[in-house]
Amino acid sequence: MFKKFSTSTDIAGQTPVKTSVQRSLRTTVLSQWKIEPETLDVIWPKKEGLVHVKCREHLSIYTVHGEPIFFQHFDGPIYPTLRVLHKYPYILPMVRVDRGAIRFLLAGAHMMCPGLTSAGGYLPPPGEALAAETPVAIHAEGKEHAVGIGITKMGSEEMRKVNKGVGVETVTYLGDDLWAVQTI
Amino acid sequence: MGAKKNRDKNRDAPAAAAAEPTAETSAAGQEGQPPPEPKPPVQVLYCAVCSFPPEYCEFGSSLSKCKEWLQDAHSDLFQKYYSDEALQAKIGTLSLEAQSKLEQDAAKKEAKAEAKADAAVKKKLASRITIKRIERNKRKHVTAIHGLEAFGIDLKKAAKQFASKFATGASVTKNPQGQDEIVIQGDVSDDVLEMIEEEVGLLKGIPADNVEIVEDKKKKPGD
Repeated sequence: MFKKFSTSTDIAGQTPVKTSVQRSLRTTVLSQWKIEPETLDVIWPKKEGLVHVKCREHLSIYTVHGEPIFFQHFDGPIYPTLRVLHKYPYILPMVRVDRGAIRFLLAGAHMMCPGLTSAGGYLPPPGEALAAETPVAIHAEGKEHAVGIGITKMGSEEMRKVNKGVGVETVTYLGDDLWAVQTI
Repeated sequence: MGAKKNRDKNRDAPAAAAAEPTAETSAAGQEGQPPPEPKPPVQVLYCAVCSFPPEYCEFGSSLSKCKEWLQDAHSDLFQKYYSDEALQAKIGTLSLEAQSKLEQDAAKKEAKAEAKADAAVKKKLASRITIKRIERNKRKHVTAIHGLEAFGIDLKKAAKQFASKFATGASVTKNPQGQDEIVIQGDVSDDVLEMIEEEVGLLKGIPADNVEIVEDKKKKPGD
């Protein structure tokens, strides 16, 4: 999504978000992420205005003080930016890819099932199986911090069974153009 | 009544906590019933060279520079990531061929990035700035400055600076070739040249040799 993104050409406009809209956004975020309201208040203080940055192709980035906090594509799920995820790693369920997949991930590739199911990979146990279309934090074998954020294309149990094709679609990753944007 | 007041107080407390998270963490221990506390963020160290967390430097395009930086700034972390044992452990599940391929790739990437950086510097040195005096009618001129962005100057801010310096209008416009340039009202080409030479305000790092002044006379109709 952010493989090619430049602040000078891809941004259509910036508008402050209405308080009522902010309120509904806040409840959406609280329902989608595993985060306490207090912690969210630290990331996104109630008093600070949220700014909606409209980009091409129905992409919305929300910023506080010019710093991107989360983004949304059309009506899809709300993803935190990678920097926010690094600070609060528990807000999204995690999957892990093996070491061989890291360099492809850093080039923006989607994550294939074998990389998730192999010895170095990790998928949640059957008890906490992920459904399809869930935002996940993509970690890497032997690394502490998340390397990307993606959305599952099939359930985690299905990934184990099929073990072929795209398992997690990469949304943003370390070193992409959103990562390069520190303030808008 | 008293109970209600108490409840109101409780409701206010988390809001206060949100406003001052740092003060809250220290004060929470003394309160009888601490409000739910925000979890502190994980402090993540980012590499000053490639902006990745240092554990990912090996996949970036400037590994050797990142290594140098890490050794200088955080030698303990350097030990953790680049000592022999760490390197052994890292290979882990990966086959030997895949590992060597990875290393090759990293080296290649680094060379590429370096070449790119060199080219960018060369281009910067070679790029020229033109200050063009354009005649509007017999005694009125505008000055168009083209090529400032190659030196990493924010055109909008520079235009503002020119406008306040010369007390005239200055704007960023697209020229017929579709490139951005600064247009200043009035004939100020010599003053602009002087400003660039003296590196006033934003106009930093421009070699004066790269600047040229040209004059553009309006063609007479019917000519």
